[in-house]
Amino acid sequence: MENERVNYGPLHGLWAVTNRELKKWYKEPFIFIISLVQPIIWIGLFGKAMNLGAIFSAGSLNIPGLNIPKQVIDGISQEVLKSTFGTTDYFSFLAVGMLSFIVLFSAMSSGMTIVWDRRLGFLNKMLTTPLPRGNVIMGKVLSSVIKALVQAVIVLLIAILLGLTFSAQLTIMSIVITFFALFLLAMGLSSLFIMLAIRSTRWETQMAIMNLLNLPLLFASNAFYPVKLMPSWLKPVVMINPLTYANNVARAMLIGVTPTASVAFSVIYLLGFAVIFSFIGIFLSWKYISS
Amino acid sequence: MIDPIIKVTGLTKIYNHTVLAVDHISFEVNRGEIFGLLGPNGAGKSTTIGMLNTLLKPTEGTAQIDGIDVVKEPSKVRRIIGVVPQEYTADEDLTGWENVMLIADFYGIPHDVSRQRARELLEMVGLLEASKRKVETYSGGMRRRLELAMGLINKPKVLFLDEPTLGLDVQTRTAIWEHIKKLKSQYNMTILVTTHYLEEADEFCDRIAIIDKGKIIKADTPENLKKSIGGDIITIQLATDGKEVDQVLKGIEGVFDIKNNGDGLLTLKVNDGGSVAPTIIKTFTQMNLNVARLTLARPTMDEVYMAYTGRNLREEQASSEETFAMRRTLRRARS
Repeated sequence: MENERVNYGPLHGLWAVTNRELKKWYKEPFIFIISLVQPIIWIGLFGKAMNLGAIFSAGSLNIPGLNIPKQVIDGISQEVLKSTFGTTDYFSFLAVGMLSFIVLFSAMSSGMTIVWDRRLGFLNKMLTTPLPRGNVIMGKVLSSVIKALVQAVIVLLIAILLGLTFSAQLTIMSIVITFFALFLLAMGLSSLFIMLAIRSTRWETQMAIMNLLNLPLLFASNAFYPVKLMPSWLKPVVMINPLTYANNVARAMLIGVTPTASVAFSVIYLLGFAVIFSFIGIFLSWKYISS
Repeated sequence: MIDPIIKVTGLTKIYNHTVLAVDHISFEVNRGEIFGLLGPNGAGKSTTIGMLNTLLKPTEGTAQIDGIDVVKEPSKVRRIIGVVPQEYTADEDLTGWENVMLIADFYGIPHDVSRQRARELLEMVGLLEASKRKVETYSGGMRRRLELAMGLINKPKVLFLDEPTLGLDVQTRTAIWEHIKKLKSQYNMTILVTTHYLEEADEFCDRIAIIDKGKIIKADTPENLKKSIGGDIITIQLATDGKEVDQVLKGIEGVFDIKNNGDGLLTLKVNDGGSVAPTIIKTFTQMNLNVARLTLARPTMDEVYMAYTGRNLREEQASSEETFAMRRTLRRARS
């Protein structure tokens, strides 16, 4: 043992923890597919079935007694959509919003794994090895981030198949910046949900927390609807919600919607969110992970 | 025997400022020894092990493993210990091989070394063939052997085994203990084990500490423990009613308790029964008394345990097997 090449560096075992979680995921195609079904259904339901653009273009809109020419109605519809969503294509608006949605749902379940690890004794097993405490948490965060980004890529590809139209100015950089923003969002959210689970031994508690937070986080963001049309009491909440900033970046970069907050500010905001929450996560894991 | 690898001094654990789980215990374990902690549920066995393997912080007292303080330098302690916990901790969704390699990564062992060692260990515990299968398909005995392999991947100096045979059938229990004994002789590994099974403690431990209500009541070799509660038991069946033998028996050195119910059956408590029995037979032969039957019994650990704690461990054994079975059901319910 003494004269062995053993790596006790601060990052040792990090990839092992990460890869353990990933294996469970990619070796179970069923779970993998199920996790993709939800955003696809949402894209289909909200983007296609509830296509707001169709309200005007379905042809039935008219005012009795006034013979408004079709061009006028079409013109109005284009302007209404443009001033509301920043684009005439609601489907694309929503499909891009789905990227942060899938990141949120993926990150949310990351807390569950730590509850099970604690319950089944695996956590204690890890804690009796020289594995650095922070890596227990960071490995889980990292695996959750990777899962979230892979799912985001797939959702984007499906959206393209369903008719997402990119902005004319799309470059490789726009995609890189979008995924960087999603990476930061995933990092912060995963840390947050793992933090909430760090002392918990009951998966019921964790489920309750997830259910409490998922839809409010989603609807109190600009994922479905633009901020400027929201009631004033809701606006501050939406402007704190990191999902809003990820959507800002993704929409500006991919479909050319002028964002409410600048892309640079949004990325910095997300960076702060990710850094602060992962540091709190590591700090708490050193302090509270042992029973 | 002057080289203790584990030194525990006044170790105390109080949970939530109120529950005294371990109460100022002190003991030493020598290098290469199998040291057993024996005691009922809630006696403080697992808490003691938890403090030694750095999972729990002691409220008071110190403990050193190979000269390293468990509170001051826990990460150094973790490098030289192996832990086989009471629960099955292996990840069910991974294969046996993946589980062992995962733990190897936690210990920072380079892959070329860990691959070879994992193969050796899995071979030793007889799981090499099964190691490609997912752990969820393993039986209880296989799971326990896998835990053993996982606990040994860093070639620990001290191995902690918390109830290594709980809930297993007799053959599997024997097999597990064979592995433990092999480890001891091959690697001169020091093993600290808790168990409910008295006959196992008796047979395999070099020394045993009886622990109850957070205190060590007595620590010694199984041999001395049995001696300490008062010697061997000789039962003699005479051909006659033997009413007259009491005085004679009292005169024989080593005999200190005689029960004679007057129909020829004598029950004696003696020191060193092996040498007292021939003397008795010789004396009786000189008196022309016919000995029809003589048995010599040594006290069992059951009696030792009973004498020191006033309790019968058998009943508690059953109840903890039940708890264990329940936990396993719960685990299954997960998927």
